[in-house]
Formats: sequence, C-alpha cells, structure tokens
Amino acid sequence: MSGLIGKKIGMTSIFDASGKNVPCTVIEAGPCVVTQVKTQDKDGYEAIQLAFDEKKEKQTTKALKGHFAKAGTTPKKYVAEFSRFEKGHQKKFGDVLTVDIFIEGEYIDVVGVSKGKGFQGVVKRHGFGGVGQATHGQHNRLRAPGSIGASSWPSRVFKGMRMAGRMGGDRVKMINLQVMKLIPEKNLIVVKGSVPGPNGSYLILERWS
Amino acid sequence: MNKMELINFVQDTLIEQKEHPAFKAGDNVTVHYKIKEGNKERIQPYQGVVIQRRGAGASETFTVRKISGNTGVERIFPINSPSIEKIELNRRGVVRRARIFYLRALRGKKARIKEKRM
Repeated sequence: MSGLIGKKIGMTSIFDASGKNVPCTVIEAGPCVVTQVKTQDKDGYEAIQLAFDEKKEKQTTKALKGHFAKAGTTPKKYVAEFSRFEKGHQKKFGDVLTVDIFIEGEYIDVVGVSKGKGFQGVVKRHGFGGVGQATHGQHNRLRAPGSIGASSWPSRVFKGMRMAGRMGGDRVKMINLQVMKLIPEKNLIVVKGSVPGPNGSYLILERWS
Repeated sequence: MNKMELINFVQDTLIEQKEHPAFKAGDNVTVHYKIKEGNKERIQPYQGVVIQRRGAGASETFTVRKISGNTGVERIFPINSPSIEKIELNRRGVVRRARIFYLRALRGKKARIKEKRM
C-alpha cells in the first residue's frame, strides 16, 4: 500500500482522450512528512504516520511541537497512520512524500468524512419507499416507516431496526477512483468521480497494488 | 492559492480553450461536430439558433435549437469540447434577452428572428 493525505478542493469536469466530458474531483495532496515509524519490535505492528497541512506554531501544544521537531518539520494540522506501506518503498523518519507516488491512469481509494445531513427520516436515510399514495386514506403518513415489528411475539423491536436519526458525518471510502491527471508543481491530483465530504475537508488517498 | 483559484488553474491547464467567433443568443450558427463511427471519424454539421450560453470559463456550454422535420431539437455543446471542429456564425439576430426560451413556444413565421444589420 501507498498513500497520502490530501484536501478536497472541489469538482470540475475535463475532457478525456476520446473527447468525453468526465466529472472529476481536484484534490490537493501532500507534501506529507513521515513523523513516526512504528515497528513490530517497539509497537507490535508496522505502520508509518504521515502529517499534512501547515499549522501555526502558537496554536500547537508543546507536546506536538516536540513530536514534529523530532521529525525535523514544522507543525502540521492533520496526521494519519498508514499500515502495510509498500515493501521496498519503506519510508524513513522525516521523509517527504508528494503526489509523485501515484501514476496517471491507476486506481486509488479515497477516504473522507461524508457531509452531515442532520436528523433525517427513513426515506432519505435508508431509502424506504414511503407510502406512495397521497389519497386513499393517507393523512400525514407519506414518508412514515410503517410497521417496525409484530405484536405479542417478540414483544420488542429487533436491534438494528432501520429508523430515523442522524445521517452523514460517517467515514466513507470510495474505492477504485481513476487518477486522471497529476500536477506535481501545485501538488494537485485529479480523480474521476466524486469523493466524500465538503470542499476543504481532509482526505486519505490509498493505493493498494 | 485558494480553492477557486486552484479549480480555475486545473481547468485552464487541462482544458484547451479554442478560438471561436463571438456569438450569443439569437444568432444562427453551424456547429461542425466530429462523430466517431467504429474507427472512422466524420464531421456532422448542426445548424440552428443559439438559445442560451451558460456557465463561465472552461466549463461554458451553449444550446442550439433547430426544427428537424416537424419537431424541435435542442443540443447542448460544451464550448471547449474537443469534438467541435469549428463553429460557423451564419447570421446575427436581434433579441432582447440572453436566454430566448420563448422561442420554444413559437412555430413557423412567429419563430423568426430579425437579422442584425452590421
């Protein structure tokens, strides 16, 4: 595996080689610094920690300042751990990773936190059909969930019954997004399709190959 | 650079902007559109009245309306589409608005647009 931390910039569309108009998301990815290398001996598992996005020194706690100073870098806003990093591409403490680790045309996974939707009913949250009729005795039950179970048996509602509630704000992974273009001089990566979350949110880009 | 500037930068670097004659709603144009059939490519002209130009920059599109047989046909083209060979401006029209959707309700002689005198 190989990966980077990025920031969602926004969506646009570009024309591919065959002249098709392709919807794309622009992501500002890297440069990421390796701020910690976890090893089997010391931590019980293999992983590396990457840090991304500049942070003001005065907004950083002393503990974090020391953590970043050890890796020889400035304070960063976002850190994430990547396990099973590519063999042979083992990263050393303090290494800087940029979008060069990806290749145009390959497929990557993008992880983000989806947009919060607030408290939503079952029609939007779980795709229920609703009642489907406005007449024939329907009063105000157009988007109601209907029955949530039988009566004397089981005399309770089963766990995991799909109901209304908070929607969005979940960790979502979009798999197999094609890398359309790389612009290394501006640290930009253009992937096909959409990615979770609002513009400006942090994303984790992974390549499993 | 902020987010919008980066988006515009991506559009400007990845989309080739072509030179087309300046046209607006009400103008009669011919769009020479490349069509791939198997591995052959041919050019199909599409003539009609521009009823709107929409969007800005690299993602701008325009809509061309024509009467084919007895039915109205509208086609939306991205202005920077690589499939557009060229755009020919046939005649300029006099219209008072930027989006002339009222044309959809008109037929025959009523659907004429006055030509602009140069």
